[in-house]
Amino acid sequence: MKILKIIIIFIIIFSSQNIKAEEKNLQNKITKNLRCLICQGQSVYDSDSEFAISLKLVVQNKINQGFSEKEIYNFLTDKYGEWILYEPKFNKNTYILWFLPLLIFLFGGAIVFKKFIKFK
Amino acid sequence: MLSSSIGYYSLIFGLCVSIVIIFLSIRNFKISNNLDKKILIFSFVQFALVLVSFLGLISAFVFSDFSNETVFNNSHTTKPLFYKITGTWGNHEGSLLLWLLVLTLFIFIFLLKSKNQPNKYRILTVIFQQIIIFGFFTFLIKTSNPFNYLFPINEEGLGLNPILQDPALAIHPPILYLGYVGSSIIFSSVLAATTLNNINIYWAKHIKVWVLTSWVFLTLGILLGSIWAYYELGWGGFWFWDPVENVSLMPWLALTTLFHCLLVLEKRPIFKSWVIILSISTFTLSMCGTFLVRSGILNSVHTFANDPERGLFILSFLFVLVFISIFIFFIFHKNDENYSSPIFLLSKETSLVINNWFMMYFLSVILIGTVYPIFLDVISSQKISVGPPFYHKLLIPFLIPFLIFMAIGPRLKWIKSELKGKSNLILLLIISLFLSFFIIRNFDPNYLLNSILIGSAFYLFFITIQDFFIKKKRLSQNVAHFGFSLLILSILFNNILSKEIITNLRVGESYKNKDLEIVFNDLIKEDKKNYVSFTGNFSITDKSFKSLLKPELRVYNQPNIITSEADIKITLYRDNFITINSVKNEDYFNVRYLVKPFMLWIWISVLLIVLGGLTSLLKKND
Amino acid sequence: MTNKKTLIVITSFFTFIFLIFFKGLNNSNTYKPSKSQNDTIPKFSAYSFYEKKIINSENIFNEKKFYLLNIWSSWCLPCRDEHPLIMSLKENKKLEIIGLNYKDKNKNAKKFIDDLGNPYSRILLDNDGTKAIEWGAYGVPETFLIFDNKIIKKYIGPLNPESVLEIKNYIK
Repeated sequence: MKILKIIIIFIIIFSSQNIKAEEKNLQNKITKNLRCLICQGQSVYDSDSEFAISLKLVVQNKINQGFSEKEIYNFLTDKYGEWILYEPKFNKNTYILWFLPLLIFLFGGAIVFKKFIKFK
Repeated sequence: MLSSSIGYYSLIFGLCVSIVIIFLSIRNFKISNNLDKKILIFSFVQFALVLVSFLGLISAFVFSDFSNETVFNNSHTTKPLFYKITGTWGNHEGSLLLWLLVLTLFIFIFLLKSKNQPNKYRILTVIFQQIIIFGFFTFLIKTSNPFNYLFPINEEGLGLNPILQDPALAIHPPILYLGYVGSSIIFSSVLAATTLNNINIYWAKHIKVWVLTSWVFLTLGILLGSIWAYYELGWGGFWFWDPVENVSLMPWLALTTLFHCLLVLEKRPIFKSWVIILSISTFTLSMCGTFLVRSGILNSVHTFANDPERGLFILSFLFVLVFISIFIFFIFHKNDENYSSPIFLLSKETSLVINNWFMMYFLSVILIGTVYPIFLDVISSQKISVGPPFYHKLLIPFLIPFLIFMAIGPRLKWIKSELKGKSNLILLLIISLFLSFFIIRNFDPNYLLNSILIGSAFYLFFITIQDFFIKKKRLSQNVAHFGFSLLILSILFNNILSKEIITNLRVGESYKNKDLEIVFNDLIKEDKKNYVSFTGNFSITDKSFKSLLKPELRVYNQPNIITSEADIKITLYRDNFITINSVKNEDYFNVRYLVKPFMLWIWISVLLIVLGGLTSLLKKND
Repeated sequence: MTNKKTLIVITSFFTFIFLIFFKGLNNSNTYKPSKSQNDTIPKFSAYSFYEKKIINSENIFNEKKFYLLNIWSSWCLPCRDEHPLIMSLKENKKLEIIGLNYKDKNKNAKKFIDDLGNPYSRILLDNDGTKAIEWGAYGVPETFLIFDNKIIKKYIGPLNPESVLEIKNYIK
């Protein structure tokens, strides 16, 4: 058991240092969250269509101009609509989308604990 | 020509046999307690007819009979023989015929294998199954006949989409269908058992074999699809939370939940209603997936020929089945569960209930994420996309407690177990959590979630390893759970430690950064049977790795499509993945080089999970 | 009694889902962005096609008249198809046609104009496609009708005789 614990500690520390070392590229992060309008099932990051290639450039330019991630999303939804974002914005259209699963979770929990399990 | 007409008429006869069987079974059900031998014979005849029809279609493909519309649309004379054959189910019509083939095969096997079950139950299952079969026959013949005749006859076909010309994808649909169709047996059987009030311990043992079989095939099918997406779509990802992938994951989650629930029902007569609901939803979700994919209501990476008329048919059929099951459930199901023996907090039952609770949550996230855009569009004409970030945000935090319960659960005993001796477990948990907090304090909070997740995955990993050394443990369960922890760990490390370089290179140029160099040596053009190949020659040097990679661009002639074939160097620790793409109007290539650590372990761990299922299945048959 | 109620609730729930799916079947599954909410034309600067000078967009759309911005490229076949229609709008004095040459090779673009005629009073260059994105375009061809620095109408894909008629009605 003790050996196991030491291994756990070792590996977790080891791995988290690697995490720290790996700086994620902001451009990749943003383009992965953008849906390509040409090949509509792919992200801009994955796509090699003309539109996606240009959009990657635009995102890079905006980052260089000092735009924040959020400002870039706003700029693009302004041009192309919310459809372009893979992560739907949190607004009155998407309350149900974000909350319904959580409600189901709570509701399920209530049933589980009320109906089945007896604390003894 | 001839094979097409034979195929077509076999289908018509098959449909008639369906009616005969339903008629026979209803009479048999009313007058006698024994199963009429004729039902068995006719079931076999039906299977044989569909098989003949299927072979007819295969031969039309093999001999490139372009008087057949399906062959004309999806084949070409220059295509290799292997892909001519697999092209049979690479299209909508053929894949439905395959689906039908498996349906008829499974009901026949069911009849053979269920001899020790009550006959009334067997007959009723046949009736429900034949209703499904009848629906599929009508669907096939009416909206997607694979044997449509074309006149004048064309000299050459249109060809099969090159990205489908791939060995993994050739066997992916049949295996996935075995999983989907297996769930139809569960569906029919649960309806029959509910009607006869026959949901009990014996039924649970009997149906568990079918649940496991479908589960094994479905898992393998999903795995093959992922592997294919990984090397063929050329983006280095293996799961995109694309609607088509989601619809295969939903029945998988339902099946997994159902299986765990049956483990309880095998021991104690509780959770009956829940088992019924799960069994019904497994098949309903499979059908729902077929509907979402085939109707073209969603759009996805994986393009299929879409047709609203087909969509309407599947939709109506799906809801007929849903309503039939709802009514059967409400009319016949009597809740006679004995609540006098409660479930104690520390028991295997509890852990299985919690498993169910989380699985249903995961299922609901995926279901809602997949269909929500349709609802929003219809109700308010707003168009949105729901993609990976949504699923990650809602699923990953819940995966943490799930993994911990998964580690502890199997250690508990049935009915009631004591806390003593479990202190080790709790100690290990506290250590994992403590470590996580340590990490939060010292490292970037962005990686907080990842760190805790890794912590809990390791927890499960070590617990399951430890379990291998404890005697009298269920080996199958342990293997599967171990595989799952390995899967989560590999995916996490794969995500976190992946490196990618995207650059534009001409022949002879090279890319260099502080720890790696990519040299584009040359480009070789070759004429192949049905495409022209351009193979790039890259040498890659980094700290620990020196190698030659040869990604390829294929320009197919029929249809005229360019595909990019990745070259992947696979080792135990990591995959080195490279693809090239041509850029319009430019003489350079877009080069994408990825280092994907532990990629192989993702596949291995899924295979371990399948192995767990298989061991359990084999043990049952002893 | 409660059993019956649940049955009714569940049945109506599934009927609702059925109806949504049924209606959804008739909607198109490919997405086309509608005209953006903010329809003021973007500010940008680009090289001009012939003089190779940087021009600011403020100096292009500054007059009180209609402008038609057409994004085109010599490699795009639909552009070739719609070109005669754009030529037919050239004579209209109330309309100024601006071309935005999208990801093209200068040689090919010149040949395209020489072969098919030049309807544009000015052609701007968009070598990397970023200008088109400022306009909210995602392919070629796309055409924008502009008045008073506002986008009045946006055409995705090639113009056809009906859309030309529509444009003529606007500028009447």
